[in-house]
Amino acid sequence: MNSEPLLLATSSGDGLKLRPEGPWTAANVSALELLCRSVGADVDRSPSVTLDMSGISALDTLGAWILEKLSRKASSSGRPAEMVGVADHFNGLLEEVRQVNRHTPAPVAVPNPVLLKLNDLGKATIEAREDISIFLQMLGALFMAVIGVVRRPRSLRLTSLVYQLNRIGLQAIPIVVLITFLIGAIIAQQGFFHFRRFGAESYTVDMVGILVLRELGVLIVAIMVAGRSGSAYTAELGSMKMREEIDALSTMGLDPVDVLILPRVAALVIALPILAFIGALAALYGGGLVAQFYGDMGPAIYIARLHEAISVTHFEVGILKAPFMALVIGIVACSEGLRVKGSAESLGRQTTTSVVKSIFLVIVLDGLFAIFFASIGM
Amino acid sequence: MTDQREEFAIRVHDLVVGFGLQTVLDHLSLDVRRGEIIGLVGASGGGKSVLMRTIIGLIPRRSGTIEVMGQPIGGTHDRSRAATWGILFQQGALFSSLTVRQNVQFPLRENLVLSQELMDEIAIAKLEMVGLRAQDGDKYPSELSGGMTKRVALARALALDPPILFLDEPTSGLDPIAAGDFDALISTLQRTLGLTVFMVTHDLASLTTVCDRVAALADGKIVAIGPMRELLQSEHPWVRAYFHGKRSQMLQPQMR
Repeated sequence: MNSEPLLLATSSGDGLKLRPEGPWTAANVSALELLCRSVGADVDRSPSVTLDMSGISALDTLGAWILEKLSRKASSSGRPAEMVGVADHFNGLLEEVRQVNRHTPAPVAVPNPVLLKLNDLGKATIEAREDISIFLQMLGALFMAVIGVVRRPRSLRLTSLVYQLNRIGLQAIPIVVLITFLIGAIIAQQGFFHFRRFGAESYTVDMVGILVLRELGVLIVAIMVAGRSGSAYTAELGSMKMREEIDALSTMGLDPVDVLILPRVAALVIALPILAFIGALAALYGGGLVAQFYGDMGPAIYIARLHEAISVTHFEVGILKAPFMALVIGIVACSEGLRVKGSAESLGRQTTTSVVKSIFLVIVLDGLFAIFFASIGM
Repeated sequence: MTDQREEFAIRVHDLVVGFGLQTVLDHLSLDVRRGEIIGLVGASGGGKSVLMRTIIGLIPRRSGTIEVMGQPIGGTHDRSRAATWGILFQQGALFSSLTVRQNVQFPLRENLVLSQELMDEIAIAKLEMVGLRAQDGDKYPSELSGGMTKRVALARALALDPPILFLDEPTSGLDPIAAGDFDALISTLQRTLGLTVFMVTHDLASLTTVCDRVAALADGKIVAIGPMRELLQSEHPWVRAYFHGKRSQMLQPQMR
């Protein structure tokens, strides 16, 4: 028995005789492809082809297909090709392979690349419009759900709300504190380092206070919440959608917005201002530590300077933005979750979209608020 | 090679498998002959899938030996397992990010060195052998019906022409016509490719029509094994309850 496949070709007057030998199986596929390519030219030239199958020791679908392809190659140009000496136990397989690959599907026409780009642009435009309309629909649905709760306060899912508050509020505190503490410290260090050249170190405290309270505190916390909790919302709702749990809810006469989305968005709207407040405190504390150990400014002076530099207005400007940012994050996260389709890939894509989109919208919103507060003089 | 190795595709001897305090398979022994279709029945949660998954090495065993095609499982053996067996999971387990064609090509691509052209042809050949069309190759798994998913999963399981095919409830979730077609397909492929088929199933019609032998698993052991006719005569209380219960009685006319 041969352990290597062979293909013996003998030309005899009016025809080519091919005698495959040994195991024609998937394990030897690279050798088989080479063998077939080596006789390809001979097959094209000879007037008739005979395949003597009696030397084959093992055959599987792959080997059978390669031989079938060889015989088709010969017979395609009208020359006779036949297989002889087929062992009984290979007959069924060869017969089966003879049926396949008869209808090659028409190749897909490659469209004009310019048209393709235009097509993509058009699709993106329509999708953007759809995104806006989905956002507004979700906002409206939430508004209706809130009205429902106001009318019948007992319909509020309190357990779910408290559970979400714990998950996205309480459990997020350590990481929020750590990151905002570091951000506050870094800003203060940079302030001292650069302002020292002008002898204006004491203004570092003004910068830290205003920056943290007005902009950075709430922005950093909102971005973290979008990454941490927004993605979790999308993935949860998405996998519920995939397993038809959301359809099950609807068929029981329950509105998924009431049951799933309102508690989640409400928890975000409540938790984000609290987290932003805690974050701002941590950042100011970080700034204070840097002031003491790097800027040679004692705690008493730091607090006194802070007291002069900032007012309640700065704090209000920051904290007022938080619930709106939470609303945007919640709506984007939940509506992206509901747009998940059957596959695992779609869940991943929608989660990514949710995080990217909510961070983008949070920053845009922050810009709009900056314009608004500037124009009303806050 | 001894005669015994020639005769048996799978030999399970004295197998014990358990999770925590619970013992699922208790000193179980089972021999599967080459070229037969064996059906495994058992209560839900009774360890049918556990037995299958232990044989294919997904679940560790506490003791006992398993030999597949004369090779001990769990020892050191360098043969690629994908070439030894193909597995049809209950839900198909198709890779959702790949098209049908790429799913079928996946084992080929990972285990063999061959040209893309040949790989495409083989994939289409396999798809046509399981009764799908070449055009279906460009669909994604989420666009397939239940029956088509099973067929694609079967094509993928057969991609490397393995000598053994494991089927985990192949006809569950299919309508009787589709299930009948699928049974016929398995039986045809088994004859054409000379496969050994190990089938976990609850479908009494499959057991009757395609299985050469049926093994009944109860209390962690094989309590009865043999052709369907013999199992129907079995005196074991669980086997009697299984085959002579109310639901089974309804199928009796066609079983005789």
